[in-house]
Amino acid sequence: MSLSNLLQQLINGVSLGSLYGLIAIGYTMVYGILRLINFAHGDVLMMGCYFAFYAILIFSLPWWASFPIAILLTALLGIAIDRGAYLPVRRAPRISALITAIGLSFLLENLALVIFGGRPKAFQRPALFGEVLAWGDVRFLTLSLWIPAITFFLIVFLLFVVYQTRTGMAMRAISRDMETVRLMGVDVNRITSITFALGSALAAAGGILWALKYPQIDPYMGIIPGLKAFVAAVLGGIGNVVGAALGGLLLGILEILLVAMMPSLAGYKDAFAFLILIGILLFRPTGIMGEKLPE
Amino acid sequence: MAAETIKIGAYLPMTGAVAAYGQDAWNGIQIAREMKPTVLGRNVELVLADTKSDKIESANAVSRLIEKDKVIAIIGEMISGDTMAGGPIAEKAKIPMISPTATNPLVTQGKKYVFRVCFIDPVQGEIAAKYAYNTVKARRAAVIIDRSQDYCVGLGKFFKDSFTKLGGQIVAETFCVTEDKDFSAQLSTIKAKNPDVIYAPNYYSPVALFTKQARELGVKAPVLAGDGAQADELIQIGGKEIEGVAFTGHFHPQAASTKLAKDFMARYEKKYKAEPNAFHALGADAYFVLLDALSRAKSTQGEAIRAALAGTKDFAAVSGKLSIGEDGNAVKPMVINAVKDGKFVYLTTVNP
Repeated sequence: MSLSNLLQQLINGVSLGSLYGLIAIGYTMVYGILRLINFAHGDVLMMGCYFAFYAILIFSLPWWASFPIAILLTALLGIAIDRGAYLPVRRAPRISALITAIGLSFLLENLALVIFGGRPKAFQRPALFGEVLAWGDVRFLTLSLWIPAITFFLIVFLLFVVYQTRTGMAMRAISRDMETVRLMGVDVNRITSITFALGSALAAAGGILWALKYPQIDPYMGIIPGLKAFVAAVLGGIGNVVGAALGGLLLGILEILLVAMMPSLAGYKDAFAFLILIGILLFRPTGIMGEKLPE
Repeated sequence: MAAETIKIGAYLPMTGAVAAYGQDAWNGIQIAREMKPTVLGRNVELVLADTKSDKIESANAVSRLIEKDKVIAIIGEMISGDTMAGGPIAEKAKIPMISPTATNPLVTQGKKYVFRVCFIDPVQGEIAAKYAYNTVKARRAAVIIDRSQDYCVGLGKFFKDSFTKLGGQIVAETFCVTEDKDFSAQLSTIKAKNPDVIYAPNYYSPVALFTKQARELGVKAPVLAGDGAQADELIQIGGKEIEGVAFTGHFHPQAASTKLAKDFMARYEKKYKAEPNAFHALGADAYFVLLDALSRAKSTQGEAIRAALAGTKDFAAVSGKLSIGEDGNAVKPMVINAVKDGKFVYLTTVNP
C-alpha cells in the first residue's frame, strides 16, 4: 500500500469514525444519566432525517433553517417518547425499560414505513458540504471536516451542560441515585425529559450528517448507525461522552483498515464491529475511558 | 351466481433494501390485471404479501399464500436470494411460481414448478463483459460484489469468467453487503489499481452510493452494473455523479415493440404520468405469461398450469418475445441502458 493510499484510507476512517462518534455521544449520555440503553436511538436518528427531508420538501425551507427545525422537532419527539413510553416504567426493574426501548424501536420503524413509505428517498446535500478537497492523490469532502468539528463542538457543549449548569448537576445526581434526588425536591421527570430531549437532538444532528454523507434515507436507516454507536459507546466506556467519541473514531478507522488491508473480508465489516464489542465486554467491560467498577 | 374468483398470490419486497423493485412490479401487475381481469371465465383476485426484502420473510410469505390464502399460483420474488428461499416451498406444494426478475441460475435449477420471465445471469455477465471489452475497450477491470446477495455473487462471477476469457484482467476484487453505505475503503483500493472499468453488479442503492463516492474520491473509470440498477432511486440518490453508468437490463420503453407493450405503456403513462421501467414491465409480464398458461391449461390445477407454463412459446410479452426454455427460464432479448441527463437511455438490444 502506497503512502498516499494509506493516508487516504486513514482519512476515510476518521471521516466515518467521527460520524460514529457523534451518534455515540447521545447514546452514551442517556445511558450515563438514566442507566438506560436506548435501543431506539438509531430510530430517533431516522425520524430526525425525515423531519429535515420534509421540512425542505414540503415547506421549501433552506437547509440552514430546516436542520435546526428538524433537530428541535426530534427533541420534542424525545420528550414525547420519555413521557409516553419510559415514564410508566420508571420505577419498574431496568429490564422493563430496556424492552420498552426495543419495542419503541420497532414502533418508530413501522410508523415511518406507514407514513413515509418503504422506498428510500434521496437527501439533498448543500454545496457547502459537498465540495471535494484534493491534496495530491488524497481526496475528501468538505463534509469530512465539518463532522469532526461539529462533534467536537457538541462534546464541549454537552460537557458544559452536564458539569456547569444546575440541570447538569441534577442529571449527575440522578445517575447516582434517582430516589434520593427525588426526596431532595428535584423534579426528576423534568430532568429526564431534558436528558431525552438532548439525546434525541444529538441523534438528529448525527442523523442529518449521516444523511449528508450517505444521501439516502429509509425507515431502516437507523439500525446500523444505532448499533455501531452502541459498539462505539461500549468501546469508549459507556456513559462517558469523550470515550464514546474516541470509541467511534477508533471503530471507524478499524473498519476502514480491515476493508483496506483484507478486501476479501469486506463483507464481514459489521461482524468485525460486533467482534470488537464482544471482546471489549469480555476483557475490558468498562471500555477505554470507563470508570473502574466498584467491588 | 358468479363463479368463484381465481386467486393468484404475489410475494414481493414492498419494504426494505429493494422496496423499489417490489413496489414497481406491483404497480405493473395491477395494470396488467386491469388489462386482463378474467381468465377461464372467472375474475382474477390478487393477494399481496410483503417480504421486507428478506429471505426468511419470503419463505413465510409463500407458506402463508399457499396455506392460508389458497392461491393457485404465485408471482415473485423480485430478487434471487429471496426467490431461492420461497421457491422450494412452492415446489413442495406443487404450486407454480413465476418470478419477474430473479436472474440467478440456481433459482429454477432442479425445480419443476419455478419459472421466470427474465434472462439468467450467465448470459447477462457475458454480455456485460463483452460490452466492457469491446465497447468500453477496457482491459483492466475491478469488481465490487455484494456478498450477502446470491444475485450479486453469481453475476460477479459470470462477469469475471467471461472478461478473463476475452483476454481482460481482473485487477481488483472487492466486497460489500446490501446495507453498506460507506465504500471509501473499497474505492481507495480500486483507485490504486487504476482499472479501465468497474463492474458493480449490485442493487440500486449500493450502486448509487458507490458511484457517487467513486467520483468524489476521484475514481474516473466507467461503472457498469446489472439489471438491478434500473430503479428511479439510482438516479435520485446518485445525482449527477451517476451520469454515464451503463447496465444490462430487461426493458426500455424505446425498445418495446410488441402490441402488449404499447397498450401497457399507454395505460401506465395515463395512470402514473411517467414512463414504465423494467420492473413495471416484468411484473406485468409475469402476470400475462401466467394468465396465458392458465387459459391454455383450462384448469387451475398446479400440474396443468405447470405444463402450460413450460410450453410457453413465442409469447409477445411487454419486454419482448419470450419462450420458456430449459429449467423454466425465459429465452428473450436483453437491452443495454445507460444514465444520461438524469434519465435512463436505451443503447442497444442483444438478441438470444
